[in-house]
Amino acid sequence: MSHFVLGYFAVLIAASCLAAYFGRRPVFMLLFVLTLASALAGLFGGVPALRFLTGAAAVLALAAGISYAFREFLAIVFGGEAERELKNAPLTAIFGLFVIAVYAIAAVFAPIIAPFGQAEVVSSAFAPADAHMLLGADQLGRDMFSRIIFGARNSVGIALMATLLAFFFGALGGLIAAVRGGVIDTLIGRIADVIMSVPSLIFSLLMLSIFGTSIVVIVIVVAVIYSPRVFRLTRAVAGNIVVMDYIEAARLRGEGDWYLIRREILPNATAPLVAEFGLEFCFVFLLISGLSFLGLGIQPPTADWGSMVRENATLISFGELTPLIPAAAIALLTVAVNFVVDWMLWRSSGLKE
Amino acid sequence: MGDVTKLIARRLVYGALTLLVVSILIFFAVELLPGDIAQAVLGQGATKETVAALREQMGLDQPAPVRYLHWLAGAVHGDFGVSLISGDRVSAVIGPRFLNTLFLASYAAVIAVPFAITLGILVALLRNSIFDRVANVVTLTAISSPEFFLGYILILFFAVKTSAFPAIASIGSHMSFGDLLYRSFLPALTLVLVVTAHMMRMTRAAIISLLASPYIEMARLKGVSPWRVIVRHALPNAWAPIINVVALNLAYLITGVVLVEVVFVYPGIGQLLVDAVSKRDFPIVQACCLIFAATFILLNLAADVGAILTNPRLRHPK
Repeated sequence: MSHFVLGYFAVLIAASCLAAYFGRRPVFMLLFVLTLASALAGLFGGVPALRFLTGAAAVLALAAGISYAFREFLAIVFGGEAERELKNAPLTAIFGLFVIAVYAIAAVFAPIIAPFGQAEVVSSAFAPADAHMLLGADQLGRDMFSRIIFGARNSVGIALMATLLAFFFGALGGLIAAVRGGVIDTLIGRIADVIMSVPSLIFSLLMLSIFGTSIVVIVIVVAVIYSPRVFRLTRAVAGNIVVMDYIEAARLRGEGDWYLIRREILPNATAPLVAEFGLEFCFVFLLISGLSFLGLGIQPPTADWGSMVRENATLISFGELTPLIPAAAIALLTVAVNFVVDWMLWRSSGLKE
Repeated sequence: MGDVTKLIARRLVYGALTLLVVSILIFFAVELLPGDIAQAVLGQGATKETVAALREQMGLDQPAPVRYLHWLAGAVHGDFGVSLISGDRVSAVIGPRFLNTLFLASYAAVIAVPFAITLGILVALLRNSIFDRVANVVTLTAISSPEFFLGYILILFFAVKTSAFPAIASIGSHMSFGDLLYRSFLPALTLVLVVTAHMMRMTRAAIISLLASPYIEMARLKGVSPWRVIVRHALPNAWAPIINVVALNLAYLITGVVLVEVVFVYPGIGQLLVDAVSKRDFPIVQACCLIFAATFILLNLAADVGAILTNPRLRHPK
């Protein structure tokens, strides 16, 4: 038994004792389970498994620390009403906001941050990392780091465009269906049912095989496939609003449908729609990344995370981690958005049990 | 009982109609091609004669609705025509691969379903505890990761670093069942991780909304033991949401299988579809899409019928 293992368990047991002394039952239970799990992991995986657990704990602690600092930062910058909201926000949500902010900065300032261009061949294929290329080179000798930075612009940008378009179609359809009702409502509803009855990945593969894989086609196809989900939510939310008395009053006043949608319904439907936008973005982003990974999405030489994973996948069989970085970038952004959406849903639902 | 039969019959008819509409959509989507299939397959450089010959061979001289009926009649009998690239019968190409995909999906489902439901109920009972929060973050991360990310991580740890399982799931019909299970373990595990996370969250939500209902509170207040509250009062009403969760996630499995098959080079129908899309082999694309869509619709149908059948209020009408 090495010093590392002894120290590891000593820290866990000491922390458990402290938790028990201060009467923090949940913390104690967590540490207790962690000790048991570590014992099992140590038995089967040996020291490397324990080192991995330590590393994971360190990463978690770092993320928590960053989120805490970012929360204080945001609270100081915004102040007032927002400060109270932020102080009550869970750390996961703040972490989500932080990640989104970092991605946005990377996307906007990509040409300044990245040392090389996204299609620039600067070295030999699969060259190892050095002082100039932080993550080494890809299968054509392009700088991985620069391509990942540019990927933030391309992958996220295209997913964002598709989500916006899906939202435009879906929300407009839902609002019109709710206001007009009758035949139009049924018709749009049936169309949405049909689109939703085909799995989204399969549907997009079918469409891409026909129209080819250009960015415009991808954006439109993905938007059409995901708009029914937005439609259903908007229809449900707006359906509850349309029966209200103030809508009746506005109708009697002689206001048109467009006025009702813009001034009476939309302001009352914003909270669920904004949360749905986040969720929708995650689905769209994962779908487009999946398509790119299959070689049917964003085409080279445009840097894109999904296709980067595929192109460099051979490196994994040599135990290299680099091809996983773009995949991790996809996962991290989706997790971050989900954390923020969770927080927003929790805030708007009023279910604060 | 009359009500239930009527409800189920209506749902079945609706499912059949949806399937029909989807088949129309899949067939006529190809008609949207600029020019026609023959032109698209042969490219710009083809002579008029070769295009005309291919047109004749594919029966393109007939109007589209007639061809659709032919195609649908063939599809019902399992005949999807001939591949444009290799000239093989589509059914012969798809058949064995479809069985492989079914094997992979059921392998994952057999592990994931009991596991996820047990965990989901457990987390629902421990709600708002620290375990619930940890489970929430872990499942959210698993859901948010693309399937290929999880797949490659598993390859890195189980195939490259420890070589416990093969990274490439090459399976054949001559292998023993144990060998099949061993070789397709990593792709199945990838699917299990994603589906378990989804299913756990959905089960948790369903059980929590159930436990919050007034009649459970009533049972608790009149002093029924916690175990009896769950088994006698909660469970009869919980079947419907749980069956719903299972069916929806099996439907999800069908799509997830495409990416996982490509990561592990698993000889299934998903990989075939991806290859066919990049080669623009339309008969295979149409056949695969129809099979995936039909499975998806059937599972959704099963979810609805299961929900109707297990609804105590419908089974015992006043």
